[in-house]
Amino acid sequence: MSLEIEIGFTLNGVARRAKVPVGMSALTMLREVCGLTGTKYGCGEGECGACTIRVDGKTLASCLMFAADCDGRAIVTIEGMAGDPRGQALQRAFVEHGAVQCGFCTPGMVMQAAELLARDAHPDAAAAKRAIEGNLCRCTGYQKIVDGICAAAQALDKEHAR
Amino acid sequence: MTMEAVQKYLAPTRLEQALAALGLPGGATVLAGGTDLMPQTHAGRIRPAATLLNIRRVEGLDTVEVDGDHLVLGTLVSIERLRFDPVVARHAPLLADAAEHFASEQIRNAGTLGGNLCNASPAGDTLTPLLALDAEVELAALSDAGTVQRRRMPIGAFFTGPGRTARNADELLVGVRVPVAAGDAVWRYAKAGTRPALDISTIAVALAARRAGDARLTGVRLALGAVGPTPLRATGAEALLEGQVLDAARARAAAEAAAADARPIDDVRASGWYRRELVRNLTQRMLDDVARN
Repeated sequence: MSLEIEIGFTLNGVARRAKVPVGMSALTMLREVCGLTGTKYGCGEGECGACTIRVDGKTLASCLMFAADCDGRAIVTIEGMAGDPRGQALQRAFVEHGAVQCGFCTPGMVMQAAELLARDAHPDAAAAKRAIEGNLCRCTGYQKIVDGICAAAQALDKEHAR
Repeated sequence: MTMEAVQKYLAPTRLEQALAALGLPGGATVLAGGTDLMPQTHAGRIRPAATLLNIRRVEGLDTVEVDGDHLVLGTLVSIERLRFDPVVARHAPLLADAAEHFASEQIRNAGTLGGNLCNASPAGDTLTPLLALDAEVELAALSDAGTVQRRRMPIGAFFTGPGRTARNADELLVGVRVPVAAGDAVWRYAKAGTRPALDISTIAVALAARRAGDARLTGVRLALGAVGPTPLRATGAEALLEGQVLDAARARAAAEAAAADARPIDDVRASGWYRRELVRNLTQRMLDDVARN
């Protein structure tokens, strides 16, 4: 039996506690302990970005993070983006631009794109490509994803102007 | 699952506590960003010790500051911070440029400078620039009296082999000291891989020197990554460049010497022959660029 660690953290703004095996990844905890399956397991080695989450305001590959290290930290997953203006703008723009094909990479893409829009309200295509450098789309629909990110930025701009 | 061996998990906030944990029976495995430790324990390449020691909450290890003529970087400074911090950009632009070519944002946000160094991969992206910059590492241990004892060593002496360092089991790498870039500093970094992001270097080349008003290069350091068991200095090439004014012929000769200084192996990423070709060509391109600008 593996050593278990008690931790407390906020998950999408809600405080919660969990008991996790010492070697468990944050990704496994989110999916199997917390029941939030929006965050995807792709490669398990930080190469694909499907498991991207936000921890204390920075995006990380949750497959490489020890769940025990979530203690005291603020975690945001794709489920937490539903009420987020950037998350909503990205969702609409991704749908409008056909940026979702099989959809497996989409949660990670949206997490990473939201991170970009938080620091750069007017990204060009090059900035969008750089931001998703750690996210693989096996459908290879990158152009539509980049279009979606840039369109979301423009939509947010219009909302601000109103 | 290899983590079954872990009997204790500690996440101290004080350096003394972390150092004391290193001395616990059965030893301690140090966790910082986790980006290397997680896949390596899963693959069975690292067998965790009895204690898993998470140092991420230890205060005072994530600082970037200038101490006299040295830039002092805490072991927990993230790779992404190396890329963006204006103090790093000003005093160690070579290191900031190497961070620009490091993995992906998700990895750079989690990965730490100290973790990259202690992982001691010959292809580690911060190792080659720090070797070219004559950096020193600072290690800390707890004395018998319970006080923090520190020692420093040149970074070239820290790496003893692939995945191996001169860090003792009771020591923690606490920081890196980098001589600040002079006003006449010249630096270049090049990394070869199959794609810009998330690639382990096929080879890397880092150049640091000074170029005075008479155009002569001095203090030339040319460091090579992923062409030996540790990052290494291309001393033959450095000798050809030291005190000289760079021109096309000298750039060519130095690039040839750098290729001879490399000690590459054949592996899954490239053959030794190809690595030598890359060292020669990237070094020449770099030196030609320095000669022109």
